[in-house]
Amino acid sequence: MNRLEIELSGMKMSNPLIPASGCFGFGYVMSEYYDLNILGSISIKGTTLSPRAGNPLPRVAECPDGLINSVGLQNPGVRKVVSEELPKLAKVFHKPVVANISGFSIDEYVEACRIVNDAENVGIIELNVSCPNVHGGGMSFGTQPESVAEVVKAVKKVITKPLYVKLTPNVTDIVSIAKAAEEAGADGLCLINTLLGMRIDTKTRRPVVANKMGGFSGPAIFPVAVRMIWQVASAVSIPIIGCGGVSTADNVIEMMMAGATAVEVGSANLVNPYACKDIIEALPSRMDKLGIATLQEIIGTAL
Amino acid sequence: MEMKNDRHKNRFFRVLSNQKVAVKTWEMVLEGDTSDFTAPGQFVNIAVDGKYLRRPISVCDIQEDRLVLLYDVVGDGTEKMSEMQPGFTADILTGLGNGFNLSADTEKPLLIGGGIGCAPLLQLARMLCAEGKRPVVALGFNTAADVVLKNDFEALGLEVYVSTADGTEGTRGFVTDAIKANQPDFDYFYACGPLPMLRALCETLDQPGEVSLESRMACGFGICMCCVLETKSGLKGICKAGPVFPKDELLWK
Repeated sequence: MNRLEIELSGMKMSNPLIPASGCFGFGYVMSEYYDLNILGSISIKGTTLSPRAGNPLPRVAECPDGLINSVGLQNPGVRKVVSEELPKLAKVFHKPVVANISGFSIDEYVEACRIVNDAENVGIIELNVSCPNVHGGGMSFGTQPESVAEVVKAVKKVITKPLYVKLTPNVTDIVSIAKAAEEAGADGLCLINTLLGMRIDTKTRRPVVANKMGGFSGPAIFPVAVRMIWQVASAVSIPIIGCGGVSTADNVIEMMMAGATAVEVGSANLVNPYACKDIIEALPSRMDKLGIATLQEIIGTAL
Repeated sequence: MEMKNDRHKNRFFRVLSNQKVAVKTWEMVLEGDTSDFTAPGQFVNIAVDGKYLRRPISVCDIQEDRLVLLYDVVGDGTEKMSEMQPGFTADILTGLGNGFNLSADTEKPLLIGGGIGCAPLLQLARMLCAEGKRPVVALGFNTAADVVLKNDFEALGLEVYVSTADGTEGTRGFVTDAIKANQPDFDYFYACGPLPMLRALCETLDQPGEVSLESRMACGFGICMCCVLETKSGLKGICKAGPVFPKDELLWK
């Protein structure tokens, strides 16, 4: 028996570990470090309908126990992702992946999701309604229950694969947004995305990143993620992919106890390319110490 | 030497020495597995206690299991690096980026360094010498007290021209002034230094060449897209596709 096995909307995973979108590129680059097939799945770099060059440099600012990024959804566009990036990943990773999709209008979301839905190695579509880096529509979708519901309903009509909505923490009441996504037909949720943050260079007296604000991630946000996952898990019945500051096997266990079925690891990959491998390898002995037989049994035990 | 978790491109090095060699410049010599390095001009990303992100530092020299890093202390992170004592075990991502092209079509290369950008040119010079080439070296600094590596290049038997902005050593002015003043005979250039210097070189030198760029980075191995540059063949990660780019790939936008 595989003690780490979990299931996400019918997608069986050998363990709950998924490198988070934006922190693993399109995956294949990482195969020079280790065999990616030990991972549960991989969430690919945030993809939009049209290619995007992203934000000007600098795009990164260091923080205590984390970093701010403002990459700005740089990606080659969904058509090239489907024709080039996903096949490259399929050569080295033989499991279904999570396709992270962003958009700036309902039509863009719908069209990008429709195209990515047909890619053979896509198992789940993760709708990013929460990227804080881009001005315009991207921000507002995830901050209002009505607009989240609208985009979920529209996308659900054109796809056959499970739809997970990745929620932003930059809201007053994440539970109401989560419920709106569930009622609109989302198959699952992913939370949390980055917290909107800023650093100022005290020598130049200017914000460090060119875009001024960016998404704050890393171990510092882990308690915020656990709290929000716990709140949302208490209020919805669809599965949750937990995300936010996970760096250790203990973090994975804690996040699953808060209600996550699977766990994404983001920033940790940027400082330790072996982060996910280290966590997967550390899980069995941590489970032994905590008297946990299978990970499946701890999901939501803190609720 | 016992090291835990030593693995491909994430190695643990022992600090042998770490000392100040100029006003703001330190030299760290480390011992460890250097097998991941494939070319001069690659860099490392070194973990620093109390800092979340690693610090990307170009490789100055490698000889067998000895790794030499030459770095300026410019902020908290490099300040902490300067406090690493002999015997300290450093957690390092090795063999990062594409280095200088040793098989470039050149008989008479010119190596051009500006400030701490001189660092990656030393190993390059050593390897060019091993191929029987005699590069000429031009190094630019702000002032005489900043000058580093001049003796190391001279120890290889190479001709070295120095410029200082304040004229306290060598030609007064920029490294481009030292090149003009000495008129070295060269058919290709390798350069590393501040962006304005690299741009001036690419725009004024007729010869082909390649330059090593610097950027604020997060991962250093091509997944976060934080150090992206628009080149003639599209957007490229400086950490992964670079840091060395051919002169004719750069747009200088």
